[in-house]
Amino acid sequence: MVWITSMGLAVGLTMIVFLLGMIVYNGLEVFWPKPVVRLELREGSTAGLNNAPAFGGVIVKTQEKAVQVLASEGETLAPQREYQLFVGNKDVYGFGYKFVDNTEIVAESRPPEIVVAERLEYGNAIFVPKELKLADGNTVTGDDRQFEATLESLVDEGNKRRTEIRRIERDQIGDLNRKFDSIRLARRSIEAKGGELSPADREKLAELDATSTALQAEYELKAAKARELRDLQHANQIVYTTLDGAERTLPTGDLIGFYYPNTLSLPGKAGLFVHRFWSFLSDEPREANTEGGIFPAIFGTFVMTLLMSMAVTPFGVLAAIYLREYAKQGVFVRSVRIAVNNLAGVPSIVFGVFGLGFFVYFLGGTIDRLFFSLSLPTPTFGTGGVLWASLTLALMTVPVVIVATEEALSAVSRGTREGSLACGASKWQTIQSIVLPASLPGILTGLILAMARGAGEVAPLMLVGVVKLAPTLPIDTIYPFVHLERKFMHLGFHIYDLGFQSPDSEAAKPMVFATTFLLILLVVCLNLGAILIRNHLRKKYRTSTF
Amino acid sequence: MPAADTMTETRAIRPKEQSTPAAGAPTPIEGPFDQAYIKIRDFNFYYGDNKVLHDLTLDIAERHVTAFIGPSGCGKSTLLRNLNRMNDLVDGIRHTGDILVNGHSIYDPLLEVIALRKRIGMVFQKSNPFPKSIYENVVYSLRVAGRNRKSELDEVVERSLRGSALWDEVKDRLDESAFSLSGGQMQRLCIARAIANRPEILLMDEPCSALDPIATAKIEELIHDLKREYTIVIVTHNMQQAARVSDRTAFFYLGKLIEYSVTKAIFTNPANPQTEAYVSGRFG
Repeated sequence: MVWITSMGLAVGLTMIVFLLGMIVYNGLEVFWPKPVVRLELREGSTAGLNNAPAFGGVIVKTQEKAVQVLASEGETLAPQREYQLFVGNKDVYGFGYKFVDNTEIVAESRPPEIVVAERLEYGNAIFVPKELKLADGNTVTGDDRQFEATLESLVDEGNKRRTEIRRIERDQIGDLNRKFDSIRLARRSIEAKGGELSPADREKLAELDATSTALQAEYELKAAKARELRDLQHANQIVYTTLDGAERTLPTGDLIGFYYPNTLSLPGKAGLFVHRFWSFLSDEPREANTEGGIFPAIFGTFVMTLLMSMAVTPFGVLAAIYLREYAKQGVFVRSVRIAVNNLAGVPSIVFGVFGLGFFVYFLGGTIDRLFFSLSLPTPTFGTGGVLWASLTLALMTVPVVIVATEEALSAVSRGTREGSLACGASKWQTIQSIVLPASLPGILTGLILAMARGAGEVAPLMLVGVVKLAPTLPIDTIYPFVHLERKFMHLGFHIYDLGFQSPDSEAAKPMVFATTFLLILLVVCLNLGAILIRNHLRKKYRTSTF
Repeated sequence: MPAADTMTETRAIRPKEQSTPAAGAPTPIEGPFDQAYIKIRDFNFYYGDNKVLHDLTLDIAERHVTAFIGPSGCGKSTLLRNLNRMNDLVDGIRHTGDILVNGHSIYDPLLEVIALRKRIGMVFQKSNPFPKSIYENVVYSLRVAGRNRKSELDEVVERSLRGSALWDEVKDRLDESAFSLSGGQMQRLCIARAIANRPEILLMDEPCSALDPIATAKIEELIHDLKREYTIVIVTHNMQQAARVSDRTAFFYLGKLIEYSVTKAIFTNPANPQTEAYVSGRFG
């Protein structure tokens, strides 16, 4: 028997280790820079790009050919293999990945002059640089010793300018837009009174018009400044040839970074790895989420999980206290308990539908009618948002917290309770100052389970507030700082979106692994945080072992 | 010696009583006495349909130690737990008769059970310190009564811990968890907690049953000292202990009071043959 049981454990452990290992390996491998090969094809081959005799890219994998040529009698064939190459330059080819038959290849090389550049659009470019056309009319050729340094400073400059443009367009112009919006609402609230306008109202309207004109002028100024900066981004250009020989020109302002993949030393690769990983963590997504980072998704998941915990804990704990401490134990309480336990087994999409119907349409709609009637028909709370998503998940995970809390409460010994009552404490005093502190570690265990389930849930969120791309974060520096009505991004949904809704599934695949890795990492971090708090409390409220 | 000098004030609600009997020589008190502090009258008690206490009538003297002895299941603990209405927590209980403390019925509907428990401290068989610091354990009864003045609490902690002969051992680590104490120390902490609010009566439910002989000796010594201030009722399985610490002893059997007398009389010259059989160890 011991063998069967241990085998069960071993199989489970192997599967988990394998799954985690695969996710970690594939998720991190994405960021490790790989060499670029240049492939020369046999004469007359059409396997390349644009019938060119050579092309190249990053070898993603090598595999047996899907369609094998059958050997005729007495003939032995060499193993028929093919490469999957990441060829980049999507703007030139229209695709990013290509299979090539090994028999078509005559020679492979790794020329040191090849550059991989990350761009704003069309993904990475893989090329041999030809020259830089600078704004002052000078040119720096690709084999010049100054080339790398010059390009680097141009890219840096471009990145700084891009941040500046972003600051102007998003923060300053966004700020102006909010002011325009409040003027519009103020005007509507005056006009909504109807009938003849009083002199005071008319005066106010005129005042609003004046402010509006002033704001418009300010807006023009900012927009002009942004345009000017944008034009500067196109001032310097890089001319390069792709590995199949096509020549392209690109403004350096469109580049985010570049490196020479075939000359990188190990520390250089490691540095690039860290840099790319960090960009992935801290940047916003680009190109339909297949490029750039996933910061908004991480942040959205974090905020939602936190809000959910804040909602589910008091709710679940109070319910459990009533069930365990106050309710008269009997058939009714037992059936309530069974119902609560079964609630944990209801499919999550059902909670999503309920959240949409109750929270979003009913509660949100009511709030909009009562407090945000001026901005109707544009909904404020009457549409999915981070608050409704958190509440929906809180509802879904509340049974977990109730069950764990009940367990913890019943573990507090009768002797301890009687000790408190004998000191002249009331029942509620006993609960709040003796029973609850002693059961906090157990309650936190419930919360950890709830968070683990909530953070990874996707289905209900799709109905109550998750979006593919959210322009703003749910918490920012603009008053009132926490925007509960905003839609948000979520790692789980991001995985679904990348993997199954993406126009280029090959390009998205590594991102899916990386995102999965981060989702797991986030859940682990949240849980570790809660476990640390729990252990601290356990030490503090260690119950008697005597 | 617990700081007797800090405890010299007497409360007005009690008649001044001079005699503090010297250890080992209890003052003989005969019959129902005037100073009876707790009066139990025709008390019957039921768990559901199960009658566990039968027509009990006995008086407990103020500032004496009264021991309840008897074999397991004889109802002595149940009676003790009725004195501060701890049995109220149990479903399906019922009683007839009455218990008077200082002349007032504890079942008076106007009396709040919380107020009653504030006047009656209790020490349990299994020490049950709260998951708090030593300091917070002692001042718990004051905190729940809404008394939070730091100077008062500090004073109470020192007085109570001295009173339970624990002060010297823990005075430097009052902020540590109560669970860092040894078993005997925990029980003395529970005693300190019970006397922090200066109750009138101290109920002890087999306070030494889980302790080693040295810790037991310390607590017995403590009971001797506490007798000057408190009316103590102790339930014990240990005959020697009853003989050592109590002034009067009540022997229960199957929910009935078999014999109640001065401790010395119970152990040397019991009137009832059942009592004799029990104290001499022939049954129970």
